[in-house]
Amino acid sequence: MSRNVSVNVEFLTRVEGHGHIVVDVANGVLQKAELQIVEAPRFFEALLQGRSIFEAQHITSRICGICACGHSLASIQAAESAIGFSPSAQTIALRKLLLHMENLDSHILHIYMLAAPDLLGVQSFMGLMPEHADAVRRALRMKKACNDVCDILVGRHVHPISCVVGGFTKLPDVRQLEAMHALLLQIREDLVPTVALLGALKFPEFERETEYVALVSDEPEYPLLSGDVGSSDGVRKVKEDYRAVTNEFLVPHSTAKHARLSRGSYAVGALARFNLNAARLHPAARQAAAEIGLSAPCHNPFLNTAAQLVECVHCSEEAIGIIEQFLEQGIDQGEAVIVGVNENRQIPVRAGHGVGAVEVPRGILFHDYEVDAEGIIQKANCVIPTGQNLQNIEDDMHKLVPEILDRDPAEITLALEMLVRAYDPCISCSTHFLQVEFVGR
Amino acid sequence: MMERPKVAFFDLSCCEGCQLQVANLGEELLDVLGLIDLVEFREVMSETWEGRYDVAIVEGSVVNEESEQRLREIRRRSDLLIAYGSCATIGGVNGMKNRKPLPEVQQEVYGERADWFPTDRTRPLHQLVKVDYFIHGCPIHPQEFIKVLKSALAGLPYQVPDYAVCVECKFNENVCLYDKGVTCLGPVTRAGCNAWCVNNGNVCYGCRGLVSNPNRAGAEEVLREHGLDAGLIANKMLMYNAAMEPCDE
Repeated sequence: MSRNVSVNVEFLTRVEGHGHIVVDVANGVLQKAELQIVEAPRFFEALLQGRSIFEAQHITSRICGICACGHSLASIQAAESAIGFSPSAQTIALRKLLLHMENLDSHILHIYMLAAPDLLGVQSFMGLMPEHADAVRRALRMKKACNDVCDILVGRHVHPISCVVGGFTKLPDVRQLEAMHALLLQIREDLVPTVALLGALKFPEFERETEYVALVSDEPEYPLLSGDVGSSDGVRKVKEDYRAVTNEFLVPHSTAKHARLSRGSYAVGALARFNLNAARLHPAARQAAAEIGLSAPCHNPFLNTAAQLVECVHCSEEAIGIIEQFLEQGIDQGEAVIVGVNENRQIPVRAGHGVGAVEVPRGILFHDYEVDAEGIIQKANCVIPTGQNLQNIEDDMHKLVPEILDRDPAEITLALEMLVRAYDPCISCSTHFLQVEFVGR
Repeated sequence: MMERPKVAFFDLSCCEGCQLQVANLGEELLDVLGLIDLVEFREVMSETWEGRYDVAIVEGSVVNEESEQRLREIRRRSDLLIAYGSCATIGGVNGMKNRKPLPEVQQEVYGERADWFPTDRTRPLHQLVKVDYFIHGCPIHPQEFIKVLKSALAGLPYQVPDYAVCVECKFNENVCLYDKGVTCLGPVTRAGCNAWCVNNGNVCYGCRGLVSNPNRAGAEEVLREHGLDAGLIANKMLMYNAAMEPCDE
């Protein structure tokens, strides 16, 4: 076919951050398929240099408003590992609870507000009101409930307050545990019609097998807050070796770096986690996957949204379990941490190097700090999920465009926008990586 | 019946957390949307608008030529401009890079390819264009957002509280962090957040900017009493306020 198609989406909407899609087809041959990342860089790694390890999570949660809790958790893990601090079992359980709420909240935002309008043929979430008022109200109610749980647990969801190096500056009492429990039971109820809604929707048919990367573990638990880094091509490395996984490189059309592992590109995120760890999901989540017809391995990137919903069920069930356990055994209020740039040296500090690896909504997130004997950061590196997905998205575009070339330009554009949105990219996050290692292209 | 005011949301360089705070209003958001005609909000809708904005709500700071032009264009097309969030009102954490030579910062992140991605020093909006309303905070406090939006729609001024966070903190009966041996920016930071961070066991990081007339002598006395180094406070102040010029506000 000798067709010319030119797609130029300036400022892709319904994603976090600024990106353009540029596709060029001349005489039926694809010349260019790029996701241009034009978000202005904010240089977080440079900002961290010279700041205290106890301020790091406060600063790095500002990388992203959507996954601020995930950034805090990765940052704290890196910081604690650098200074050799081991958190208590209670702290770990509360951090897991926070991470479940983060994934749940962000996934609901993506499923209902960013992706559903595409699947239901409207331009925005507001466009759903006339015909899907119940779904709109349900989505807002679920998001509000997630936020209310975070308000109780860490002060707020956008840039959590009480979750710090060493533990939590404030711990929930029985009344607050009960309040969080009630909110989660309401979310559990609202997830039932959400599963039914997604099960009834038709996702685009498209497949491209790629390498999937996520945390893996020999424990029975679905790994989100700890584990090694594994891939569907059989790679397994400790988190400290993350650079050998991400292999970052720069391309001129993106202020965010690209990444690749065993092949030209790899994917992270809910679908990657599902593909690697589906057997470890909570039974209710496996049931939801069966209801919406998702099974591992799945090579359709559009179904990342479906995998997110399966994780919503998993996270809400696990969160309920953690709270019920605390209701039974109680919370030791004596563990509350007093903060303050560690002026009072409550937590011993030493020079060191630490890596945090956490599964946040969009995939595996790495924070890496080197600190001196005073706990001041000398070097920092953050590798964000969206950056790791960029090359994979472009590779998908290269396969998808020729398959849909006979459609009219508006349809091609929408299909490409939907593809990018399915990855739930968080562009503002992805534009502040450090430590460039040049890999020839 | 009068036409509903055309309102648009924009983001410059930031984490977009303040937009999220708006989305997080939950079902209350629907009440707000009922009062306005939301014409642009890139993060949640695909629609765009070519006409004039009654109210433009802008998040993020200006860090390069492109964002400066964008901001000037938004201002040109808007009757009222609201700056929301620390990045927009005081430069926020993005401002920390102003305290180092820019080439050093660029080199650190992009190495030899630093010139591929130009950047400029960080500036809050009012250093470039007229700002009609300020909603401070990192992130914004949702209830203050509602108050300011109502004021703007009604054509009334909104006065940002110009007393210290300590006032709100005392009302909340928190134990003073200085009595726990910890420094806190509450004594010099503008109130309006209801001492959000201190209520949750953390310190005030100064995300709402300095009060217009900070009690410097009082703050120094508190530090002296507790045997604390003023350098600690100065360094903490630079986390959010590094982009503020001495003549600002």
